[in-house]
Amino acid sequence: MDTLDGNALAGLFAEVFGAEMTNVTVTCRTCGFTAAIGETVVYPRLPGAVARCRNCTAMLIVITKVRGVNCVDMLGLA
Amino acid sequence: MSPITRGFRGRRNMLAGAENRVPPGQYMTDGFPVLSAGPTPHTPLDQWTFSIRQDGGELKSWSWEEIQALPAENVTVDIHCVTRWSKLDTEWRGVSMDTLLGAVEHDDGYILAFCDGGYTTNLPVADVTGGQAWVAYEYDGGPLDPEHGGPARLLVPHLYFWKSAKWVRGVELLDHDEPGFWETYGYHMYGDPWKEQRYSGD
Amino acid sequence: MEGTAVQRRLIWQVATVAAVTRETPSVRTIELSVPDWPGHRAGQHLDVRLTAEDGYTAERSYSIASAPGEPVSITVERLKDGEVSPYLTEELRVGDQLELRGPVGGYFVWEATDPGPLLLIAGGSGIVPLRAILRQRRRSGSDVPVRLLYSSRTLPDVIYRDELDSYRDDISASYTLTRTQPPDWTGYAGRVNSALLAEVAWPAHKEPLTFVCGPTSFVETVAEGLVHLGYQPGRVKTERFGASGGR
Repeated sequence: MDTLDGNALAGLFAEVFGAEMTNVTVTCRTCGFTAAIGETVVYPRLPGAVARCRNCTAMLIVITKVRGVNCVDMLGLA
Repeated sequence: MSPITRGFRGRRNMLAGAENRVPPGQYMTDGFPVLSAGPTPHTPLDQWTFSIRQDGGELKSWSWEEIQALPAENVTVDIHCVTRWSKLDTEWRGVSMDTLLGAVEHDDGYILAFCDGGYTTNLPVADVTGGQAWVAYEYDGGPLDPEHGGPARLLVPHLYFWKSAKWVRGVELLDHDEPGFWETYGYHMYGDPWKEQRYSGD
Repeated sequence: MEGTAVQRRLIWQVATVAAVTRETPSVRTIELSVPDWPGHRAGQHLDVRLTAEDGYTAERSYSIASAPGEPVSITVERLKDGEVSPYLTEELRVGDQLELRGPVGGYFVWEATDPGPLLLIAGGSGIVPLRAILRQRRRSGSDVPVRLLYSSRTLPDVIYRDELDSYRDDISASYTLTRTQPPDWTGYAGRVNSALLAEVAWPAHKEPLTFVCGPTSFVETVAEGLVHLGYQPGRVKTERFGASGGR
């Protein structure tokens, strides 16, 4: 299965945050790697969206949509 | 309600007579979509174990050879993913969870399955016994592909397929229902596709 | 202000197909009429949602093929086992409606004010957002130097071939065909690799701004190759399309 990058979540992020997020720089809490959200590794077509660190694969952000309400967990960001 | 897109059907096909086998809100597929939340783990078989844990300790553990030596079953089941695809008559081979859980003494009511890569999912013991669940290591007549959870995954077909944890390495016995990965993010604790229990509160 | 997307809550809206143009046997450009289009930036994309009669929905993302100020259009490649692309490239007609959400994307975007030189590298349908960038460059009167490297399977698979040819005196374009080449072919052959990159990419000391777009494996190979050439990772923007063109 091919992974995508954070660009694939641009629409979802814009819906959740009301703003463009793919150009926002984030730092991985696990390994310290810094990258734009657009560069994170994204696993598509899930029950939710998962963005992982390109350097160490740690989970950075998890987004699920439950009955129209978005749940965002920035669990892996420093 | 979204406007209908003229002429769009998607890739689905409905087998005549299969209507009563596809839960509400689901669509049949003839493919086998690969859905993963992380990179495919590759634990070498000589390091692979399946263990039953409780209270921070290990009750029992099997190596790959030991699991292979246990009585195994071929099962043909329908599977239903919460992302709305259903696949009928999938063929698996594996060890019944009855065999594995039957090897330990306990009176806990719940398990939390844990996996390579960190994924977890919770289930009542009553739903992984009585011939309802397996640790499956073959699919469609051959070794289970890593993409689909190989070397072994949990198989619990009567619940949404996120409960059939890929790359399973064991279960933790608990006296309470502890939400796993997707359950923590709002997915249903139980997940009965026939009651459309996709999200918490459904 | 041309080129500035208004920031506001993103919603799904209904768009009408205004025109369809066949680009190659498996690729079609769809021009859309969108009532409340806020404008877009070169490189952005939009999400499309299709709904079947029984309520089944499918969503996909497509890069915007047009420059800011031009009518919104997307270019879609028909994937062999696709669920949405065969519909968009074969069935969809002028007058049909579909839902879209956009424009989105703040990372993979180019503005005429961005310092160059510019390096654009496309694999297959990855050329779509890069063409929007080239159009925007022309529309804005920018003279930032451009090198383009475009990888396609065969010559008939080269999307926008005539239009890209029309830029020939203005940019340095290199094409590679990975599967078969015509007898009189003077371009490159085979997949993009480090040697080809070393030959056609800007020298790293020129500090180019790079956009790489295409299938995931293509993008990863190219990005890695550029870093080996000394390119700054922060100045190499990537957009991955998944296995073979669609998302």
